[in-house]
Amino acid sequence: MEEALVDWSRAQFALTAMYHWLFVPLTLGLSFIMAIMETIYVKTGNIKWKKTTQFWMTLFGINFAIGVATGIILEFEFGTNWSNYSWFVGDIFGAPLAIEGIMAFFLESAFLAVMFFGWQKVTKKFHLTATWLVALGANLSALWILVANGWMQNPVGMHFNPETARNEMGNFWDVLLNPTAVDKFLHTVSSGYVIGALFVVGVSSWYILKNRHIRFAKRSMVVGAVFGVISSLFIVLTGDSSGHHVAQTQPMKLAAMEGLYEGQEGAGLVAIGVLNPEKEVDNDKDPFYFKVKMPKLLSLLAERDADAFVPGMEDLVYGNTQQGILSTPKKMEKGDRALTALKKYNEAEEAGKDSLASAHLETFRANYPFMGYGYFDQPQETVPPVGLTFYSFHVMVILGFLFVLLFLLVIWFNLKDTILQKRYLLVAATWAIPLGYLASMLGWVVSEVGRQPWTIQDLLPVGVSTSHISASHVQLTFWLFAAIFTILLIAEISIMVRQIKIGPK
Amino acid sequence: MFETLSHLALQQYWWVIISLVGAFLVFLMFIQGGQTLLGQLGKSTVERDMVINTLGRKWELGFTTLVVFGGAMFASFPPFYATSFGGAYWIWMIILFSYIIQAISYEFRKKPGNIMGRKTYETFLFINGLISTILIGAVVGSFFTGSEFSIDNLRMTATSTSASSITRWEASTRGFEILANLQNILLGLSVFFLARLQGALYVINTVNDQTVFNRSRKQVIYNAVPFLLFFIVFVIMLLSGEGYAVDPQTREIYTEANKYLHNFLEMPLVGILFLIGVLGVITGILRTLLQNSTKGFWFVAAGTVLTVFSLFSVAGLNHTAYYPSTFDLQSSLTIRNSSSSHYTLTVMSYVSLLVPVVIGYIWYVWRSMNKKQISSDEMESEEHAY
Ligand code: HDD
Ligand code: HEM
Ligand code: HEM
Repeated sequence: MEEALVDWSRAQFALTAMYHWLFVPLTLGLSFIMAIMETIYVKTGNIKWKKTTQFWMTLFGINFAIGVATGIILEFEFGTNWSNYSWFVGDIFGAPLAIEGIMAFFLESAFLAVMFFGWQKVTKKFHLTATWLVALGANLSALWILVANGWMQNPVGMHFNPETARNEMGNFWDVLLNPTAVDKFLHTVSSGYVIGALFVVGVSSWYILKNRHIRFAKRSMVVGAVFGVISSLFIVLTGDSSGHHVAQTQPMKLAAMEGLYEGQEGAGLVAIGVLNPEKEVDNDKDPFYFKVKMPKLLSLLAERDADAFVPGMEDLVYGNTQQGILSTPKKMEKGDRALTALKKYNEAEEAGKDSLASAHLETFRANYPFMGYGYFDQPQETVPPVGLTFYSFHVMVILGFLFVLLFLLVIWFNLKDTILQKRYLLVAATWAIPLGYLASMLGWVVSEVGRQPWTIQDLLPVGVSTSHISASHVQLTFWLFAAIFTILLIAEISIMVRQIKIGPK
Repeated sequence: MFETLSHLALQQYWWVIISLVGAFLVFLMFIQGGQTLLGQLGKSTVERDMVINTLGRKWELGFTTLVVFGGAMFASFPPFYATSFGGAYWIWMIILFSYIIQAISYEFRKKPGNIMGRKTYETFLFINGLISTILIGAVVGSFFTGSEFSIDNLRMTATSTSASSITRWEASTRGFEILANLQNILLGLSVFFLARLQGALYVINTVNDQTVFNRSRKQVIYNAVPFLLFFIVFVIMLLSGEGYAVDPQTREIYTEANKYLHNFLEMPLVGILFLIGVLGVITGILRTLLQNSTKGFWFVAAGTVLTVFSLFSVAGLNHTAYYPSTFDLQSSLTIRNSSSSHYTLTVMSYVSLLVPVVIGYIWYVWRSMNKKQISSDEMESEEHAY
């Protein structure tokens, strides 16, 4: 019963987040590409660039509407389905969400109307400004939501108030400049740019293959590919730095990403591999059926030192005294102590026994960093699903390198002016659109599944985060969301495809 | 500057901001109201296109205001966010569903390949207009009438998962019970008819077409009468009934006869704003009907903002529990026992300095876009239209 509630709540959040993420990256990327195109139009006065901008804008509008429709659900779901979580951290987590609304969403929604309907009503300059502001708004909204997400992965800048049972913000700048948040922001928005670029290059390639709108397609493709090559190089860089920070703050996630059970010095990075699904932390099976390793690279990624020790899942669960790693059972003890002390502290306060209360408070504070472990029964519960995390990570990385190659080839053949003959490349570019979405979705799977069972790393497990509601209600809303979003997605794709077939005016 | 304020002052400041956002949310429901009038105002395709396009250029603003209302509540009064959304689950879910179908309808309605056809999307708009106004009105009604929930911080220390929920909704109907209360329903219906009234006035204000104008004027009468009726009965019930007060010293919560009437009298400024607001609404209606003015919208808009603002104010200020629990009186939420910390409220107060900037550019954009009324010519020539 309880398990079912957590599972349905997770499923529902995963469903809505993944639907949201089908639309958001294109908004992030395409908004900049449109703004660049419109800038060219205003600078050159060439009406063709205006038509080009307007075509991509129509596609943007279709995509945007459904992004907004899914976003509102996510925002309220923290309350509807994760109310204990919201209670526990609202002081810190609510702030970025509110700032996002005030700073970003209003900017977008006000200037969107100018961008779509203002061509005849405002000056060229004002219109161009509006287009840039929409792009800025979209990216600002990504910033704040990712600050919120970064904080869940690496909670900083706060302290716990035992009277209200809530975490309170201690330093806003620590929350904003949290290294995890910075990585998240840079890596995630660049994934949006890559998707925007893949979209423009892919649709243009399709036109060329169909021998339609050739001049328009080449014009768009060059803008898309240049934007794409820069962002896809950036994604590799920021991905590397994300991996480094995961190692520092969420070593269990990193171990799952690499299928690393036993820690090693000078650990290698798996290039490709097939996991043995029967391997668990508490058996002696070989973790891999097959793997190709690149020596020392994992140590380099994690610690910036080719010979450094990288802990595996077994080290983290059972401890490793040599490396100074505390075992999970020890952490569970400390967690229990924190929870008991919190309770006793409140009882002593109630009874007016001040000195007793402050003694309990001290115990609580000393053990607070492990509080979340107090909710577990078995140390193995702290291991995330390894297979899903591992494969998602590796497919994302492989695709990341392929995209760099793709954009470089597109630019190269455009420079040599032979792109029209390179049909294999055009076909590949068309197929790269869904692959871009795949890579980006898998990135979130790494990030969110890899942090299980935590909602807030080390402090609050998913099981303690839910609302107090019976699973059947959540099950019903899950299916309602699944149905409505799927219908809308089908409608959206159908409209999109039709608009692409109609083509630019 | 904000850090020197007391915690209570910040809490009051934030309740004022919440009241303001709530007031704008209800004002912007003219979009929802207009959506329920499509059938009456636009009989031919061109007429309907004009009405949809004039509303469609503003829908995002209303939507975003709802999102910001949620976000601002989350940041400033997190226990409310946890209790109400997680508790009155179904009523919020239904409201959210109605916004999902609104968000895509304008954009998808006339696009080729939209699968479900134009009519379906127009029905979606109608449903959103009907449901969101009534339900949001009713939920706000429960700020005065109370809900059944309990709160206990110490549940956090229970190690079994479902026992650890700090806030619990005790009504198994999960929000539907809000609709079983007459006073909530009256407020819901008031918001519904007010939204329609404003929708008709907005169309008068922005569409250049004699037929549509005449139909809209009729709708002003049809909706003003029920609005005034429902609203007056609601106000009588509110002022004559009991309310939820909190003792500033002991922080104990108790019921008090005529609490909301007292709040108006003890905060005369709020009382005066309320009266000016109501007068504004009536002026707008009369000017439209008697003088054929197209500016009535602005009077009603200003009136709505002031009236709703003062209703929120009496719900939370002057030692009042803004989210009362009828299940366990002492679990009721007040601005003092349910706000964020002093530090968070300070940070958020600095952020709130952006609000005038936001209102400023929205106003500027609104003026540039509404300079000329929408006409049937524009529907044919415009490069992008809904
Ligand atoms: C087009 C999409 C895309 C591509 C090509 C890549 N990524 Fe990525 N990745 C994302 C899209 C993404 C993402 C969707 O944006 C994620 C999810 C959460 C986040 O912070 O970014 C992500 C997460 C993510 C994480 C987890 C961060 C965390 O859990 O906090 C790591 C370690 C990497 N990525 C590393 C890489 C590396 C080394 C890449 C090398 C080429 C790479 N990614 C390519
Ligand atoms: C899971 C947490 C998330 C929540 C609660 C959330 C919330 C929302 C909401 C409420 C909207 C509609 C805003 C409006 O009224 O205009 C929205 C749209 C948007 N969100 Fe999210 N969002 C989440 C995840 C993300 C992520 C991870 C990103 C980017 C990296 C993002 C970027 C955007 C953007 C750019 C929009 C504009 C509309 C669109 O893109 O289609 N969101 N989001
Ligand atoms: C838009 C991109 C995102 C995607 C695709 C995504 C994906 C997921 C998935 C797959 C889960 C379920 C994990 C599991 O239970 O195994 C999940 C859970 C969750 N995510 Fe995300 N996520 C995204 C962004 C965010 C952001 C930006 C936030 C916070 C600001 C967030 C907060 C949560 C929460 C609270 C849960 C539920 C509790 C939990 O499982 O830990 N997500 N998400």
